Amino acid sequence: MLIKSLLANDRGGRILLTALLLVSVAVVASNQLLPQDSMLHVPTYTVTLLGKYLCYALLAVAVDLAWGYLGILSLGHGAFFALGGYAMGMYLMRQIGDRGVYGNPELPDFMVFLNWQELPWFWSGFDQFWFAMIMVLLVPGLLAFAFGWLAFRSRVTGVYLSIITQALTYALMLAFFRNEMGFGGNNGLTDFKDILGFSLQADSTRLGLFIASAIALAAGYLLCRSVTNSRLGRVSVAIRDSEDRVRFIGYRVEKIKLAVFTLSAVLAGVAGALYVPQVGIINPNEFSPLNSIEAVVWVAIGGRGTLFGAVVGALLVNYGKSYFTAAMPEAWLFALGAIFVLVTLFLPRGIVGLFNRDSDQPSKARHPTDGDDSGPVTTAALPQEAH
Amino acid sequence: MTAMGYVPSWLNRDEVFEFLKPEPSARLDLSHNCILYLEDLNVSFDGFKAINNLNLYIEPGELRCIIGPNGAGKTTMMDIITGKTRPDSGKAFFGQRIDLLKMSEAEIAAAGIGRKFQKPTVFEELCVFENLELAMAGDKAVWPTYRARLSGEQMDRIEETLVLIGLENDRWLRAGILSHGQKQWLEIGMLLMQNPKLLLVDEPVAGMTHQEMDRTGELLTSLAGERSVVVVEHDMDFVRSIARTVTVLHQGSVLAEGTMDQVQSDSRVIEVYLGE
Repeated sequence: MLIKSLLANDRGGRILLTALLLVSVAVVASNQLLPQDSMLHVPTYTVTLLGKYLCYALLAVAVDLAWGYLGILSLGHGAFFALGGYAMGMYLMRQIGDRGVYGNPELPDFMVFLNWQELPWFWSGFDQFWFAMIMVLLVPGLLAFAFGWLAFRSRVTGVYLSIITQALTYALMLAFFRNEMGFGGNNGLTDFKDILGFSLQADSTRLGLFIASAIALAAGYLLCRSVTNSRLGRVSVAIRDSEDRVRFIGYRVEKIKLAVFTLSAVLAGVAGALYVPQVGIINPNEFSPLNSIEAVVWVAIGGRGTLFGAVVGALLVNYGKSYFTAAMPEAWLFALGAIFVLVTLFLPRGIVGLFNRDSDQPSKARHPTDGDDSGPVTTAALPQEAH
Repeated sequence: MTAMGYVPSWLNRDEVFEFLKPEPSARLDLSHNCILYLEDLNVSFDGFKAINNLNLYIEPGELRCIIGPNGAGKTTMMDIITGKTRPDSGKAFFGQRIDLLKMSEAEIAAAGIGRKFQKPTVFEELCVFENLELAMAGDKAVWPTYRARLSGEQMDRIEETLVLIGLENDRWLRAGILSHGQKQWLEIGMLLMQNPKLLLVDEPVAGMTHQEMDRTGELLTSLAGERSVVVVEHDMDFVRSIARTVTVLHQGSVLAEGTMDQVQSDSRVIEVYLGE
C-alpha cells in the first residue's frame, strides 16, 4: 500500500522498480537453475558485476537527492560512499581472524606488518556485525552533519560549496593514504574471507549480496521518493531555486538542507558498505575526487531531479565503462567525456528526459481531475492530497 | 577601593542575572496602538549612510505608502525590519515587546511580518497551489514538514487565497510560466498564507499594465484593516489611488509625512523630487 502510494505519480519509478525486481529474479533463477553451459546462464562473475552497478545506482540516487532536489552539487559524495565501505571493510578484516598471512588472531595483517602490538581503539567493536552496520550509517552521517552544519550555517552555497566538498574528499584520501591512520594505508583493506560466517567466494554469498544490493537500492529509492513527495521535498526544490525566499517564508533553510544532505550521505554510505564485499577491496582511491565527479556525471547523463534517471544513468555509464575498458581501454575517458558533453548539449534533462516530454507542460498532468498519472517528476504527491 | 572594581558584576547580590530575567513575551502587544516602531536607526555601507536617524511608526490596520527618490533607503529599511540587514544603532520593535534586531529572518517571518520583494520571487518549478502551500503558516521544522498533510481547513485557506488573488483557475500551472502581474499576485498570496500582521510590499506594480495595477490596488486596500500594510512604490498615480498616509524618505530619514495632498504641497518634498 505504502509503496503503491509513493509511486502513484512516478511512472519512471514504477517501471524502474518492476524492472529491478524482474531482473533480480531472472538473474538469480538463471544462475541457480540453469546449467553452466546454457546460453542463458548468468555466471556468478556477472552477478557480482551487476551487484556492483546497483551499489553505484544507490550512490547516484543519493547524489540526485542532494543535487537534483536540494541544489547541492556535492563533488564529495564518494567520501561518504568510501567511509561506509571502510566501516564494512573493518568488519570483514576482523572476520579474517587467524587466517591472515601472519596468523595473528587479533590484528589484521597490515598492523602486524607495521609492528603494531595492539588493536587501535577505533577498531574495537568492528568484530560485531551489528556494530559495523551502525557505523556504516553513523560515520558518513556524522561527517555530513558536521560538514553541513558548518557550511550551511555560514551560507556557503553554489560553486564554493562544491569546491569544499571536493576538498573534503581529497583531504580524506590523503589522510587514508597514511599508514599511521590505521586503515591499511594505500593498500587499504582486502583479502576478506567471509561475511556473517558465509564465505565471500561462495556463489550463494555473492547472490545474497546481489539481492541485498537490489533491496537496498529499492528501499533507498522509495525513501528518497517519500522525501521528494512530501512537503519537505517541495521545500527542497524551493530552496534549490530560491534559497532566500524560502527563508523569508519562515523555513530554517540550513536545517532542512542539513537533514536532507545527511540522509543523502547515509544512503551513499550504505551503497559503499554493500560495494566492498562484492569487489573485495577498499582503498583510499575510493576517496579520489574523480569518483565523486563520476557519480555526478551519471546523474547528469541519466537525468537530474528525477531519481530514476540517476539509476538509469549509473547503470548505463557503468555498463559502458565495463565494456569500453575491456574493448578499448584508452578510449573510455574520451567516450565518457563525449557522452557528458553530448547529453549536456542535446539532452539537458538527461536520457530519461527523452521519454518524459509531457512533463514540460505540468498544468495538464498535475490537475487532480485529469487522472493522467504521467505526472511531473518533481512534485508528484500533490494531486493525491488534493482529493 | 579600586579592588572593589574588580569584583565581577555577578557577585552583586542585588542584581538579577541576565539569563534569569524573563524572556520578553513572544505575543504581539498592540496596547499602544502601534505595530511597528523604528527609532533612531542608522546604517552605513562603506561610509555611505543608507539610513540616517530614521523614525517611523505604523499603526495596526494602517495602509502606509512610502515614497522617495532612488537611494532614499526604502529597501534598506525593509531589510532591517525583516532581519536581512542589521543596523549600526537604533531600535526596531514589532508591537511593544518583540525586538526585531535580535531575531533571524525565519523568526521574524514566524512572528508575523511578511515581505514581498521588488522582483517577484515565486518558486518557478512548483505550481501555484504548491507555492501557497509552502508559504502557509505552521510548524516549519524538518520532521513536521516531512510528515505534513493538508487538512480540510488548510485546503479552504489556500482556496480562499487563490480566489482573493484571482488565480483560482491557474492553480496547477507552474509558477514559472505565469505573467509578471500574476507572479506579483501569487507572491502577495504567499504573504497572506503566512497570516502576517504586517505586510511589507516592495514596488508591487513595477512593470504592470494599468488593469493589473488597478487590481493590485484593490487587493492591497482590501488587505489593510485586518493587517497593516506598508507599500514602497515609485508610481505616484498608484500611490495616490491607494494611499491614506504617505511617508517621504530622503537620504535615509523621514522628510515628510501626511496625506498625499499635504505631502505633495510640502516645499521640501518638491525640492527633493524636482531638484530645485
